[in-house]
Amino acid sequence: MANLAKLSLSEEEELMYTDQLGAILDHARDIMSLDTDDLLPTAHPLELKNVFRPDVETASLSREEVLSQAPASEDGRFLVPRILGEAP
Amino acid sequence: MADNSIPSDGVEGFLPGWEMVVGLEVHCELKTKTKLFCGCANSFGQEPNTNICPVCLGLPGSLPVINEQAVELAIRIGLSLNCTVDKSIFHRKNYFYPDMPKDYQVSQYEKAINENGILELPLSKKTVRIERAHIEEDTGKSVHVGGDGGRIHGADHSLVDYNRAGIPLVEIVSAPDLRSAEEAREYVTELRSILVASAASDGKMEEGSLRVDANVSVRRQGSEEFGTRCEIKNLNSLRSLTRAIGYEARRQVALIEAGERVVQQTRHWNEDQGITSAMRSKEEAYDYRYFPEPDLVPLEPSTEWISEIRTHIGLLPAARRERLTALFSDVSSGPVYDQIVTAVGLGLDDLVVGAAENGADPRLALARATNEVASDIGNLPRLTIEKFSDLIKLESQSKLSATQAKTVLGKMLESGADAAGVAKSLGFEALDSTVIEDLVDQVIGSSPKEWERFSSGEDQLAGFFVGQVMKLSKGKADGKIVTSLLRSKRS
Amino acid sequence: MGASVGLGASEIAELVRSKEISALEVAEEHLGLIESQDPNLNSFLQLASAAAIAAAKEVDAKIARGEDPGRLAGVPIALKDNLVTRGQTTTCASQILKGWKPPYSATVVERVSSAGAIAMGKTNLDEFAMGSSTENSSFGPTRNPYDLNRVPGGSSGGSAAAVAAKFAALALGSDTGGSIRQPAALCGIVGVKPTYGTVSRYGLIAFASSLDQVGPFARNVKDAALLLQVIAGHDSRDSTSLESPFPDLISHLDKGVRGLRVGIIEELIEGAAPMVGEALMASARSLSDQGAKVEHVSVPAVTYGLSAYYLIAPAEASSNLARYDGVRYGLRVDGQDMNETYVSTRTQGFGAEVKRRIMLGTFALSSGYYDAYYVKAQKVRTMIIDSFQNAYDRFDVLLSPTAPTTAFELGAKASDPLTMYLSDVCTIPTNLAGHPAMSVPYGLGENQMPIGIQILAPALGEVNMFRVAKAIENAAPTITKGLFWE
Ligand SMILES: [Mg+2]
Ligand SMILES: [Zn+2]
Repeated sequence: MANLAKLSLSEEEELMYTDQLGAILDHARDIMSLDTDDLLPTAHPLELKNVFRPDVETASLSREEVLSQAPASEDGRFLVPRILGEAP
Repeated sequence: MADNSIPSDGVEGFLPGWEMVVGLEVHCELKTKTKLFCGCANSFGQEPNTNICPVCLGLPGSLPVINEQAVELAIRIGLSLNCTVDKSIFHRKNYFYPDMPKDYQVSQYEKAINENGILELPLSKKTVRIERAHIEEDTGKSVHVGGDGGRIHGADHSLVDYNRAGIPLVEIVSAPDLRSAEEAREYVTELRSILVASAASDGKMEEGSLRVDANVSVRRQGSEEFGTRCEIKNLNSLRSLTRAIGYEARRQVALIEAGERVVQQTRHWNEDQGITSAMRSKEEAYDYRYFPEPDLVPLEPSTEWISEIRTHIGLLPAARRERLTALFSDVSSGPVYDQIVTAVGLGLDDLVVGAAENGADPRLALARATNEVASDIGNLPRLTIEKFSDLIKLESQSKLSATQAKTVLGKMLESGADAAGVAKSLGFEALDSTVIEDLVDQVIGSSPKEWERFSSGEDQLAGFFVGQVMKLSKGKADGKIVTSLLRSKRS
Repeated sequence: MGASVGLGASEIAELVRSKEISALEVAEEHLGLIESQDPNLNSFLQLASAAAIAAAKEVDAKIARGEDPGRLAGVPIALKDNLVTRGQTTTCASQILKGWKPPYSATVVERVSSAGAIAMGKTNLDEFAMGSSTENSSFGPTRNPYDLNRVPGGSSGGSAAAVAAKFAALALGSDTGGSIRQPAALCGIVGVKPTYGTVSRYGLIAFASSLDQVGPFARNVKDAALLLQVIAGHDSRDSTSLESPFPDLISHLDKGVRGLRVGIIEELIEGAAPMVGEALMASARSLSDQGAKVEHVSVPAVTYGLSAYYLIAPAEASSNLARYDGVRYGLRVDGQDMNETYVSTRTQGFGAEVKRRIMLGTFALSSGYYDAYYVKAQKVRTMIIDSFQNAYDRFDVLLSPTAPTTAFELGAKASDPLTMYLSDVCTIPTNLAGHPAMSVPYGLGENQMPIGIQILAPALGEVNMFRVAKAIENAAPTITKGLFWE
């Protein structure tokens, strides 16, 4: 999990989280036994559909303003350390 | 260094006893004015990071809103591929990568807007099943600095440009129905024509608006089971596509024949070395943790909207081929049919049909279009149907020889001038038949032996006489007239 | 302390419009109080003094020119620091966003500014709004203005404390599982979570997108209604924003509750502290006295809210918080390569509670567990909606405690996340349903700390909800206890 979430945990933290997550998931047992076979999952409280915007151009941001917030940049681009693999 | 000379006609012939199985995923950039979820311009080749806003940069607090035109173009693609267009939702595909502003990609996963279509290949006459054509957002682009010539491996650091992030894509996924590199090429060519004809995409592979991933596996001829497949990512030309598929199939056969097993993996095509290699991705079986995108609501196009969109689709390649075929008698295959496929593939069919409507000879128009015009396709916009028709007429009326007509057409494409004007400026006024007859008589008189042989039936000497007349006329004589004069004088 | 401190939003706007007091005076008086007293409370993370003075002068200039200064003319407002403000540091109380200056402003921020409100600054919260006590802020906890040893609730604890302490007449917060209502209850003020889709989320830094909603804090029901009117309404930048026009709440406020059917949710009384339960029954009796029909009602599925919520919210959060990766903005802790940089940035940048929820959410979405946990929780969400629907077939609004207890001491629950999560047991079910709910103060309870009564309504039922809130407010015992600085 930590790897997927890009977090690293000390041994101590790992123990603590395992304990706490276990307790939370234990508590969630109350819903595991519920009969929900006839229910559809609710991903969203609204029943909206087809919300669109027109294909009309709006102003972009100033590159200087955006890059001023970047930890590192070069030649108008965001600079990142070397990437070890291609996108998965 | 690997062998580059891979035949493009599939496994048959270079790997006897084996069959390759190919399915393609084609990513196509949609021709909208703005991005999928924000109002930034959808344009290519801008200064880095100038087409960005809070939404496509994934800034905290920003939210996506779907571009209606992107949905319309996606539906056009679906309808053009005979898909079922139905309700769909968006999911998030979660993975960390610097060119992804939100570290998730918004894509359609469980339910795509277009499903279960087909695409007919014009030459091999094969039906390829389309599993789905779904909407998703493009990522940004990185350049790699330091190390070995801009490659990701060995680079010192990378620089990211998010102009492309959020450009609308449709990913068209075929079933594993293709059986050779040549079929794969034909599939992409035909698909590209369809995308261009429906005005959904500009189909420019060289600008990255069409990118292909190929799933390749092999199996013993006659086997019904699929082998383990490998996915080759990011093939961005037809040449790369056919070479990569050919190489990969052969690699897999070699592995199996050596008693080893093909490992399912994502592979990268190296154009220079002509080989595929396993991508260095840390987590090979990545868990994308797909879940419904809570910031968007479902798409549910009404039947009225779908019918309206249907009327916005231009004439598709199959119909275009039929339109051309109707100009000739019985050409469902053979060289003329091949020319028809080429003309439609290159978008030259309107020119040929227009010329025919203007009374020009369709066969000649088709030939000139698929040869001379095709070889200078960049200048096509300068050539009007009227000017092209005039040229074809001049040639068929023998006012220009074939050689002259080709030269004139070349100049017309360069300058946009009309046929008669170009012909005149080049001094290509066709000689009238009395002048030609004088020249024919002159040549007969100076070559009595040859004339005697020709008269006694050695037909192949016609070429000799035509050549001599051409020389004397400095190419202005019409070859057809010369031949008929020679024949009439012989009898 | 000046004359305007302690006045309500409606009163200030009225006085400013009629030039009896200038917006500048109001701003200066409130800023003065904050500067002298907030060091004890830590309700603000950033104070926007210069911008507030400039905005107040602009309101006064508009009035001098005879232009409409807006419905919130000169009213000091505090903004939770998970609402982005252009050019003004926005941190979500996280090290990972320390010093970030957004290039744009949230829709709600634009709306309150154009209504003439004066933004005083950004208020403290539990990091990324994950918590119930504001102790999870990486910039130190906020304290309760009625007792500095106690928590103000959370996650919008800074906004609630600032309004309760009279540092601002109004504040904006966000409510994902009770983050407006619970701190409002613990600080003795009014807090509202509107119907999902009523208020734009554009510029609200996402915690759990399908649950988050921005809402108002005020010291009285009418002011809360006024602020909600200003921020509600369709926003084309938020796909989940409702198009239907928002009703005029204020004109209905004093219509009374005669004939309204009010149900007391049985399942949510059981775990409440004795005085909290008594206050609930007293508020119900007062409604009955004013002509409402009050009965007990069972809404069985609400008891499953907590479990469903602690799978759905962390799942969405684990994805929403992926973007804090050290590439485009905020903190970067450099490693040998990109992957190491991701890991070190996020490991150092996020606090313990945020990491806990990211881990929990990553687990709930991971292959092999997705159906058993995430999809299951979504089905329970359907069950909760159905259960509420059954109740709303017979009742116009429902009542419950807002929180099971009054404000607890700092540190009391910090070591046990599950106990902390249980303090949201009454508020969470409405977020899962997307319904509106609000908290209204009702006297003092255990430890002489404020009690909040929660009023719940079906989707878009804000008019009835506010009528009941006003009726409870009319009957509520006044809070006699002084603020820490009084
Ligand atoms: Mg894809
Ligand atoms: Zn954009």
